[in-house]
Amino acid sequence: MSHQPRQDSLRATLPPQPGEPAWAEEVVEVRGHIIDSLLLPKILDRVLQMGGRFEIRKCEIGTGRKDPSHAVLAVRAESAEKLSQIIADLLPHGAVPVDVGNVTTEPADLPGCFPDRFYCTTNQHTQVRINGRWVDVADQEMDCGITVDPVAQTARCIPMTEVTARQPIVVGYAGVRVIPVERPRGETAFSFMGSAVSSEKPRAASLAAVANAIRATRAAGKKVLLVGGPAIVHTGSGEQVSRLIREGWVQVLFAGNALATHDIEQALFGTSLGVSLVKGEPIEHGHENHLRAINTIRRLGSIRAAVEAGVLTSGIMYEAVQAQISVVLAGSIRDDGPLPDVITDTLAAQTAMRLAIHAGVGFALCVGTALHSIATGNLLPANVKLVCVDINPATVTKLADRGSFQTVGLVTDVEPFLRNLASNLCEH
Amino acid sequence: MSAPPRVLMCPPDYYGIEYEINPWMNLQAGTEPAVARQQWQGLRQALTNLGVIIETINPVPGLPDLVFTANAGLVYQNLILLSRFRFGVRRKEEPYNLKWFQAHGFEVELLPEGLFFEGAGDSLFCGETLFAGYRFRSDARSHLWIGDRLGVRTLPLELVDPRFYHLDTCFCPLNETTAIYYPGAFDDYGRTVLQDQIPELIQVSAEEAVSFSCNAVVVGRVIILNEGAPKLARTLQDRGYDTCPLPLTEFIKAGGSAKCLTLRLDGEEAATWRTSTTTLTSQLNRGRVQESSNP
Repeated sequence: MSHQPRQDSLRATLPPQPGEPAWAEEVVEVRGHIIDSLLLPKILDRVLQMGGRFEIRKCEIGTGRKDPSHAVLAVRAESAEKLSQIIADLLPHGAVPVDVGNVTTEPADLPGCFPDRFYCTTNQHTQVRINGRWVDVADQEMDCGITVDPVAQTARCIPMTEVTARQPIVVGYAGVRVIPVERPRGETAFSFMGSAVSSEKPRAASLAAVANAIRATRAAGKKVLLVGGPAIVHTGSGEQVSRLIREGWVQVLFAGNALATHDIEQALFGTSLGVSLVKGEPIEHGHENHLRAINTIRRLGSIRAAVEAGVLTSGIMYEAVQAQISVVLAGSIRDDGPLPDVITDTLAAQTAMRLAIHAGVGFALCVGTALHSIATGNLLPANVKLVCVDINPATVTKLADRGSFQTVGLVTDVEPFLRNLASNLCEH
Repeated sequence: MSAPPRVLMCPPDYYGIEYEINPWMNLQAGTEPAVARQQWQGLRQALTNLGVIIETINPVPGLPDLVFTANAGLVYQNLILLSRFRFGVRRKEEPYNLKWFQAHGFEVELLPEGLFFEGAGDSLFCGETLFAGYRFRSDARSHLWIGDRLGVRTLPLELVDPRFYHLDTCFCPLNETTAIYYPGAFDDYGRTVLQDQIPELIQVSAEEAVSFSCNAVVVGRVIILNEGAPKLARTLQDRGYDTCPLPLTEFIKAGGSAKCLTLRLDGEEAATWRTSTTTLTSQLNRGRVQESSNP
C-alpha cells in the first residue's frame, strides 16, 4: 500500500523546502480573458513580489479569441497573516478564493472504532478547515483518523484503538488537505542521495550526510531517535552506540527485548548469545548467559535498578540509564523472558513510542531491524527524515513500500557504519 | 442610409458639487449652474448638428451626477448591463436608470450582488474587444463576468492614477483599430495589453490628459472633446479626423467631460458589433439580405 498522495499538479515556482515550517495556503481561482489581459501573469507576479509562492493547480486556456480561460492557484505564504495580505491584494485583480467548505465530523458511535466514512490519514502534513480557517493536524501519523476539538478549534490524528464514544471524527474528504513533502532542490545534506536504496553509494559521502543531518537535528533543538536491532551487539558495535548516547547524539531509543538482552548479556558475561565477543567462539554453558542476564534484571526489577545496584556497569542500556534518554522496549511473541522493562502489550508499546516521537523527534536512524523500523516508520510523520541502515536491501525497501517514503536507505554492514558515524560525531 | 446615432443625455438642472468622490471634486469651489447649462447645451447642439438623435432622462433633485449618463450602464445590442455604483451617493441613480431603460425597450440586466460596475465609464469596445478599467470604481471580477455573459473578449486594465478613475477619462477608441490613451493612467501590464491589442494607439500627453481630452465623443470621423488639447486636436486632424473642441470646464469640476455626459445607445463607433448590426439592419431595410435559396 502506498500513502503518498498523487502529485500531478504543475509546480510553477519553488515549493517550500523540507524542514521549513508549514506554509499557509489558500486556493484562489480566476476566470475570464486572463491571458490576453495579462491578469494571470500579473496575479502570479504579485504573489512572488509579496514573498509568497504559487502552484498552478489547473489552467485551462480558451482556444478561441472569445473563449475565457480558467486558472486555479494554490497561494502560499510563510504565515497566515502574510497569506491574507497577499490574498487581499489579489482580490481586486479578479482572483476569488475557492470555498472548499469546512471539515465534516461525526461522533464516534462505538469506542475503539471510527464511524464508517472516517477520513484515513497519511503520514504527510495535513490541515483541516474549521470555521473557514485551515488548522494543522497535530500528531501526524499514517493509518489513523482525525479528531477535532470544536471549542479549541484544533485537530489531531487519533489511532483507532484510542477512540472514545461520541468523540468527533472527521468523515469524508471535504475540508481536508494534504501538503506533500517536497523533494528538495539544490544542495542539501541528502541531495546526492537521489535513489532511495542502493548499495552503490559512496560510503564516506553517505556517512557524512547522516552525521550532518544528526548535527542539524540537534542544532534545531530536535531529538535523534535510534531504532536498533540485536545485530548492533552481535557485530560488536555496541560500544559505538554507547559512545553516541554518552556524547549526547541519541535522545530516544526504540528497540526490542533482543537488543537490550544481548547488550546486558555482553555487559554481564562478555558474550552475545553465548558467543564470546572477543574470541568469537562459543564458551562453555554460554547459551545459558542469555537467560541468566534476563533473570538477573528480572530479579532486580528493572534495568535502572540493575544500574543503580551497581550490577550493570556498561553497555548501551547502562549508558541510556545514565544519560536519562527515553527508551521504549517493545515486546514480540518470540521474546525470551522478557526483560521487565519490555512492554508486552503491543498497543501500550505503540502508545509509548508515539509519546516519545511527539516529544520532538526530528531524525530517525534505524539500524539492523526490520520489525522495529517498520513499526517506527508507521508512527513517524513524513517530514521526519528516516535513515535505514541494513545489510539486507529488502529491509529498506520494505520500509519505503509501507508508506515511509521519506526513507533514505544505506545498504551496508552495521559495524563499520556505526564505528565511522561515532568517530565522525564524537570527539574522543 | 444607416440609422442615425442615438445618444442619451440628462439636462444639468440639478448638477453641482454636493460630495467629493474623486480628486476633481471640491465642495468649496462649487459650480456655476448657468455656465454649466450653457456648456451642456453647446454639447447637445454639436451632437444634433452631426445628425445625432438626443434622448433625455429626466434630471432628479439630489442626484447631481445623473448628468453623467455614460455611467448608467453598458449597452450591447439591445441589452443594457446596468451599473452598480461604488459610492452610495451615486447608487441612488440606479432605479432611475433602470426605469428609463425598461421604458425604452431595452433588455435590462444586473451584475451579481457584490460586484461594482460603472457602465460605459469603465468599459469601451474597440473592435470586437471590450476594454475595461478597474480598481477605483469597477471591479475586475465584474469585467470577467461581463466577458462571460456577453461572450465577448473582455480585457480588464488596472487604473493606477486616481485622477483617471474611469477608463473613459484616459482611453477613447476612435474606430475598430485606433484609440487615444494616456499611458500614465495605466500600469505596465495595462500599457502592454493596449499596445498589443490596438494597432494604432495615439498617446496623449500628461498636460492634455488632465484637461480631459481623452473623454471625447466620437461620431463618425468627428471627435468632440474639451478645449485645452490643441496638440491632440492637431494629431487627430493630421489623421483625417475633424475635431470639435468645446468648453466643458464646469463638468471637469466633477471629473467629467464630453464622453461622461453622453451614452451612445446604438453602440460606440469603434464597436464591431454596432457596425455589423447596423450594416445588417440597413441591408435588411433595403431588402438586400434574403433568405438563401440554397440548401
